Amino acid sequence: MPSKTIKVDLLARVEGEGALKLVIRDGKVRRAEFNIFEPPRFFEAFLRGRHFTETPDIVARICGICPVAYQMSAVHALENLVGVSVDGPLRELRRLLYCGEWIESHVLHIYMLHAPDFLGYDGGVQMARDHGDAVKRGLQLKKVGNEILQLLGGREIHPINVRVGGFHRTPRKRELAPLAEKLKWAREAALETARWVATFDFPERERDYAFVTLNHATEYPFNEGRIVSNRGLDIAAAEYDEHFEESHVAHSTALHSRLKDGGGAYLTGPLARFNMCFAQLSPLAQQTAREIGLGESCRNPYRSIMVRAVETVYACDEALRVIENYEEPDTPCVAVQPRSGVGYAATEAPRGMLYHRYQIGDDGLIQDAQIVPPTSQNQACLEEDLIDFIGGFLDLPDKDLQYRAEQTVRNYDPCISCATHFLTLDIDRA
Amino acid sequence: MERKKPRLAVWKFASCDGCQLSLLDCEDELLAVAGALDLAYFPEATRGEVKGVYDLSLVEGSITTAHDAERIHEVRRRSRTLVTIGACATSGGIQALRNFADVREFTSIVYAHPEYIHTLETSTAISDHVPVDFELRGCPINKGQLVDVVSAFLSGRRPNTPAHSVCIECKLKGNVCVMVAKAAPCLGPVTHAGCGALCPSYDRGCYGCFGPKETPNAPSLSAWLGGMGLDAKALERVYRTFNANAETFRKESERHAEQDNQG
Ligand code: SF4
Ligand code: SF4
Repeated sequence: MPSKTIKVDLLARVEGEGALKLVIRDGKVRRAEFNIFEPPRFFEAFLRGRHFTETPDIVARICGICPVAYQMSAVHALENLVGVSVDGPLRELRRLLYCGEWIESHVLHIYMLHAPDFLGYDGGVQMARDHGDAVKRGLQLKKVGNEILQLLGGREIHPINVRVGGFHRTPRKRELAPLAEKLKWAREAALETARWVATFDFPERERDYAFVTLNHATEYPFNEGRIVSNRGLDIAAAEYDEHFEESHVAHSTALHSRLKDGGGAYLTGPLARFNMCFAQLSPLAQQTAREIGLGESCRNPYRSIMVRAVETVYACDEALRVIENYEEPDTPCVAVQPRSGVGYAATEAPRGMLYHRYQIGDDGLIQDAQIVPPTSQNQACLEEDLIDFIGGFLDLPDKDLQYRAEQTVRNYDPCISCATHFLTLDIDRA
Repeated sequence: MERKKPRLAVWKFASCDGCQLSLLDCEDELLAVAGALDLAYFPEATRGEVKGVYDLSLVEGSITTAHDAERIHEVRRRSRTLVTIGACATSGGIQALRNFADVREFTSIVYAHPEYIHTLETSTAISDHVPVDFELRGCPINKGQLVDVVSAFLSGRRPNTPAHSVCIECKLKGNVCVMVAKAAPCLGPVTHAGCGALCPSYDRGCYGCFGPKETPNAPSLSAWLGGMGLDAKALERVYRTFNANAETFRKESERHAEQDNQG
């Protein structure tokens, strides 16, 4: 087998801009580099000196596709810092908001970004020519997620209604009622989505991943829970820095997160949640997983599109539960007073765990901020996937091999814009 | 034979992707847009690429690297009509906060190896580098306005984007003024319309994500906000968010920064 180098200069259908390089020697993938050439935007730096109440509006701008994840991690970390807990209907509304983001983000990924790989199209719009009904179903389903964001957040991208302590305005019961009708349709559409993606052809490739996820005794994880792994990790968000490390190395364009003490690369996101938290899925979501042949665990990253569909069923189900039980709160927000200290939180963005830490002074101004997005956390794992899997496809023609490699990256739904500290670097073409 | 459809390209510079995502968030109109235009270059949505010249380019993001300062000229050369979308592209975006600071310090706060980072000291709008045919404001843009801009392009008319302030949108909506009724600091009087007075409709003041309106009187608003208890530091921050580098907001924030320094 000849030596060759496969390069994809601009990887399409991921958020932000990334490139991929595979070095193949003697029939083996020697090196895989997933390069991100997103210009740095310095959020952690300019958060210093801002008032802590400004944080939810500012961090939303890290990513247009999962702004709620940034807002939720920030408000929870800051509430942890000032010693406030948000319970009852306000806590439930936050779950509802996250459901909206999960639905729109998962459905966007499934229909517009990932399904085209399995069916052989350049993108969702091209796919619509032959699969019009499916694409229309996807767009309508995504829209229901966006309608939750619109009602509760004010708008889909960069919601304006989230604040430390709760919301600026909470919805009336009657405002939520029309959403419930749409969500019942959406739940059916999500089921059909799951059945549809289950018919795709999946490469039979599995790996024994270290899964990392939030885990909560009674809920599928959104905003709260312990950080756990299938290798025995079980910590509070405040202990994150003791167990995880980020490195900044010359040969990579991104910060790589790894587990300390030789724990290495790990996977966060839908597969990790599904494998670790299956018991907390709603009965309907569990039933869907069994019906489409996933069972209770899945280690094949190409099947993550099925897991996303199951999580979409769950998010519709959970959104309906919140709406049906909703009681209007007395106030839209719990009062918060600044005090000096450090606060921590991790939440589950659609594409994986998102960790925030803030330090503020008595004046309420931020002194230090740390934000670790899911794409940083998955970066090392993604490169290991490429090395492991692509080796099995080497007899494919270059064009198909490149396609497989791109698909392997898109399994992750990598959110490059989110990865605030990804940077530009020259590629070593040796 | 089918008439040749105008070619659309969507470009990205330093940004969060939110403005171009607005196009994919037009669930009801997306397939119609795709039917009327040839999506010739849109890497966030499709891996296909048609080379050559584009009839309409939508440009998201600001210029923050030397490479991007070059690339925008190439984009201009290949675009018959160039429309910038969002606060990043029209004023430098949130990343323009570096313009008030030392970018090397920023770099060393975020990165373990600042020497690997190559970035400009400023984040600037697209129109600071090349001529722009139309600027659509907002962080993010309003998708209704985006659809209007695209259909205006297709029918050869001017886009219908009013230039008045968020205050007028409140009046049109029948909102009670949050400054008067709730003593909430609000940038509505100096902020460009486009969002439909979203924040006041959710019981909070406007934070200016659509940037300055055409003829704003920021010093007068600052005096009001000062009367409500905002000190010079707070006023400086109020104008330094997603349109910090837009001229009116920049000048006003600098005025308060100076006051704060003189203590
Ligand atoms: S203007 Fe706002 S929404 Fe648009 S790309 Fe920039 S940060 Fe994102
Ligand atoms: S009211 Fe102001 S801050 Fe709120 S969305 Fe509109 S322009 Fe943006």
